[in-house]
Formats: sequence, structure tokens, C-alpha cells
Amino acid sequence: METVVEIELAVGEKLSVKRNRIMPLKAEDKGKRISIVSGIHGDELEGQYVCYEVARRVSEHPDKLHGIVDIYPALNPMGLETAQRFVPNLNVDMNSIFPGKKDGNMIERVAAAVVESIAGSDVCIDVHASDRSVKEIPQVRLSETFAQRLLPYAKLMNVDMIWMNATATVHESTLAYSMNLLGVPTLVVEMGLGMRITRSFGNQVTEGIFNLMKEIGIWSGEVKQTQFPVVSTDGEVEFIRAKEEGVFLPCIAHNHYVHEGDLIGQIVDSYTGKTKQEIRAKKDGLIFTLREYPLVYKGALLARILMDIEHM
Amino acid sequence: MFIREIYTMKTSFRQEMMIKGYSFGKGSKAACILGSSRGNEIQQMYVCSQLVRALKELEANNCINSNKEILVIPVINNTSMNEGKRFFGESNLDINRNFPGRENADAVSRIADGVFQVIKEYSYGMQFTSFYLQGEFVPHVRMMETGYQNASLANLFGLPYVLVKKPLPIDTATLNYNWQSEMTAAFSVYANQTERIDEDSARQAVAAVLRFLKRMGIIKYESHSGYISHVIMEEELCDVKAGTGGIFRRLVKTGEDVRYKAAMAEILDPYEGAVKEIITAPTDGIVFFSHTNPLIGQFDTAYQLIHRLHE
Repeated sequence: METVVEIELAVGEKLSVKRNRIMPLKAEDKGKRISIVSGIHGDELEGQYVCYEVARRVSEHPDKLHGIVDIYPALNPMGLETAQRFVPNLNVDMNSIFPGKKDGNMIERVAAAVVESIAGSDVCIDVHASDRSVKEIPQVRLSETFAQRLLPYAKLMNVDMIWMNATATVHESTLAYSMNLLGVPTLVVEMGLGMRITRSFGNQVTEGIFNLMKEIGIWSGEVKQTQFPVVSTDGEVEFIRAKEEGVFLPCIAHNHYVHEGDLIGQIVDSYTGKTKQEIRAKKDGLIFTLREYPLVYKGALLARILMDIEHM
Repeated sequence: MFIREIYTMKTSFRQEMMIKGYSFGKGSKAACILGSSRGNEIQQMYVCSQLVRALKELEANNCINSNKEILVIPVINNTSMNEGKRFFGESNLDINRNFPGRENADAVSRIADGVFQVIKEYSYGMQFTSFYLQGEFVPHVRMMETGYQNASLANLFGLPYVLVKKPLPIDTATLNYNWQSEMTAAFSVYANQTERIDEDSARQAVAAVLRFLKRMGIIKYESHSGYISHVIMEEELCDVKAGTGGIFRRLVKTGEDVRYKAAMAEILDPYEGAVKEIITAPTDGIVFFSHTNPLIGQFDTAYQLIHRLHE
């Protein structure tokens, strides 16, 4: 275990970001490097399982490893330990301060040290979960700036979907943007739900990481058959939002195909027993996002449907 | 004066969230003043409440000039204030990082949009806001360098300092940035404190806004001329960082003039009480920002100095 950066907190503790560097057995295999990072947002735990699985499988078959695997499960250790999305005390979104500053404050220095540590990797995977409100299928999100360069890597990741969109997760001041700017192809993976681990999604993405490692020559072990993702832009996604405040009760399961008119869920009033809104699909498509946290204000995201895809 | 509903939002189990605006005078949308957008911005709300009081009196004495309307919104985020939280709701998002907002989006974005649609048409916009670090500033006017900023206008508040900041990508979602993009002359006013009320700096802030309104021909008001502001670029401020973590014992306060190598603070071992570090001034200057939390971590900003400026 190596310490990437260590900074003294106020009372009897050091903030420490660590990485586990797994080296190949043969010296001639040390040329290539993949970095797996997670835990920028302390309430996103899906990446913990992916990091564990990658470390476990590589360690079980060290002879199949032909490059360096760097694993950083906890970039925001205090956030993870306290289930807080932001950096505790500062209330700052760590993914909004990259590339950081070497002479900055505590979290800016952490960000700068992380960037310096990952720099030089042949590829980097930044594993996120969704927030606590909505559940997502495994997907790679690409910023349009780097989409063409990253698309070949993203297609290897065994995700259900590649979403080229304009969300903050892939934009300036994020780790992914900074690393891509430095020439390290960096993919943002989103899946599952905040505060939870969805093992099936984790296994799927882990398989994708090994597939990618095999493709770039870092791994020669077994890789199961992977799938081709749907490549989507914002235009093919229907956002369904609450028109009333209340309690949302889903009527379908996440990651299912719906037809136009199908009932997706209801918003109900727990005082009166009345249904305030019935939410129906306006088009055929895959429910790739579905609300899990039931209380909603008007405008809250309830579901996203990926349209214009074949029902498998 | 009349009270306007700026934005309302229903909730499932609480009273409807209502953002109230206090309107003075009639006619062209001259100036808009905004208070707390975060739940811990008590001083910001307090300053606005005192402004409402002062403008009420001025209006009663026919001191709002004709064809000039002033809107004051003391509180945007009252729900978080009642919860004792800085950010909004279960999503814990910062309303002031969600401008200009969107009508068809989640709650925070809708609130920002609802407010922004009303306030974007005013010629002058003033927001009382706070910094993410806990501490106190000398009272100043802050503005983003968007290309539309006007530091000369900011001078008319008569506060000691005007600070111009180069926006980072994250700043492009603040109200100040978006207000300027809509061609409102926008200013963020920092009134020393956040979570507690400081009467002196609140009085100074109220006076600064009234002075500005007078100078822009919006109100009739006799006021002291205030300061001829010193304009600073944010990157010119000298950061003084803690070299170690511990208990922070402040030896100098904001606004004080310090000399090179003068002791500014002590950091004590939190277990044994001994002085671990004496923070000294890296340059002559005036203390612009001071950390006030009794605890400090390594590399936290203890002070910001205005380099080589003297009282």
C-alpha cells in the first residue's frame, strides 16, 4: 500500500489517500498501467466492490498480469467514512476542484497529488454510483470534448449504455476532465444507487475492466463474453419528472423495457390515500434510471427512458 | 412597500416554501438586493431585514425616486435555515451553485430559476453571500471577472475594498456570474460574518447599499461618503497557511495591519496544549480574511493578506 498524500487534520488524525499498486511478475511487463479510482463522492459505494473484485482477480492470477494495476478506492476517505457526498467540514464537492493546487488548501493539495499520481497511466476508470435518489444501469458517461477519443475504450467496458451528455459528472473541474486533458484516457462509470452496492452491476463492470485490460495488453487471463452498449446522446433520452409533490411508488422494475402507455409509477398522498399523478411512458424504451428515494418535490427526476432501441 | 410572492414550492409534509420579496417604489426595475441563499447565512438575512426596515422608512418619507423600483429578497432558502443546514433538502445542493436554474428540473434548479426569472431584469443586483471557508472578511464588494464587471461602479458602495475574482468553472453557476451575463451590474457584498450576527458590519453593509442606491439616483438619502475603495485582484492576495493541525489561537484580526515576520497566530497541540507552531506574516499587509474556527488543519488558510498595503 502506498500513500499518495497525507495531511494532518486538526485533532489526532491524518487524512491519507492510498493506492494499492499491483505489479506484474515479469520486469518486462511493467510498461503499461491502468488506474481504477473511486470514492470521490463519499455516498457512492458501488466502486468499492469493483475495486475489490479487480484486486482479488488480479491477485489470484498474477501470472496473467502484464502491466501495473493501481487501485484507489477512497479519494475522499472522510466522506466515505461518514456517508457524505462532499468533503466533510469544507462541504466542497471534491469533483469540482480538479486538477487541484500543489500549494492550495487541504483538499486542493489532495486533488493535485491524486492527479500527479494517476498521470502517466494508459487508461483510468473513475467508478461512481448514482446518488441516493435514483438507480442507474451500468453506463459510461463521456463529455463531448473527448468522446471520439474515448469511445473505443468505453465500448470495451461491458456496460449497458454509453451516454454522451452534458452532465456535471464529466465536465471541467472533474477528475476525468483533468486526466483527459493531461492525455490519460479516463472513463466515468456510473451505476447502481448511492449508499448501496449492486453486486451484479459491479460484476458486469469488473468484467468490462478486464476486457479493456486484455485489449490494451495488460491482462492475458480469462474474460467472459462482454456485451455491446447502446451509444446514446441526450436527444434519445426521455426525462420523466414529478408534476406533483408527494410519495413516489414505482410500478415497474428498474432496467426493464416499457411500451408507450405502460404505468411507470404513481405519486400518492399519504394523508388522503389519493393518487396525485400517474406516470406513464410516452414512448417505448428502456427504463435505465428509476427513482428509489420516494419523497419528491415537483420537478424531481422519476425515471429516464432510453428510446429508439430494440427490445432484446 | 408591498410584499410579492417570488416563488412558491409545495412540500408533502411541511408548509409551502415561499420566497418573499419586498418591493419599494414604482417604475423601472432599478435595483434588487438578495439575502441568504444558504441555510447558515444568518448575517446576510439580518442585513437584508435591516435594509427592508430602512427602505420602508425612506419610502414613507417619499425618498424613493420616481420611476425607480427596488426589490429586496431577504431569504431564498428559509427551509434550510429552519433545519440548521447550509444546503437545500435531501439532495443537499447549493442553490447558489445552480443558477440560472431550469423550470423543468429538480427542486434546487427550479428555485434558482424561479428567483432568477424575477431578478434578472433589474439594472443593479446586490447579493449578500458567504464564503465556503469558515472565517471573517473585511467588508468588501466582490465581483467575477466576466468581461461585463465594472469595478468602478463597485467603488460607489464606499466599502474599503473591491475584490475581482477570475471565475473557475464551478463559479459559472453562481448568481453573480449569471446576473452579469444578463447584463445586470452584479455585486456580491461580504458583511464579515455568516452564522452569527455582527451588528457593526451589518450597519456598515446597510449603509453601503443605501449609499450605492443614492449614488445611482434611486433614493434620496444623506450619507457619509464612505471609503474610496481599494481594488484588489483575488490572485494578488497572499495566502497564509497553517503548517500543522491543531487548536487555532488567533493573534490578529481582520483589518489589522501586520508587519513581515510578525506573529499572527499560534497553533496548539490539541492534547497537550503546547504551542506547535507560530504562524508569522510572510509579508507586510492588511488582514483581509481570517480563519475563525478554533480548530485548524494542516494547509488550511489561516489568513489572507493584502500584500504591502498599509492602513
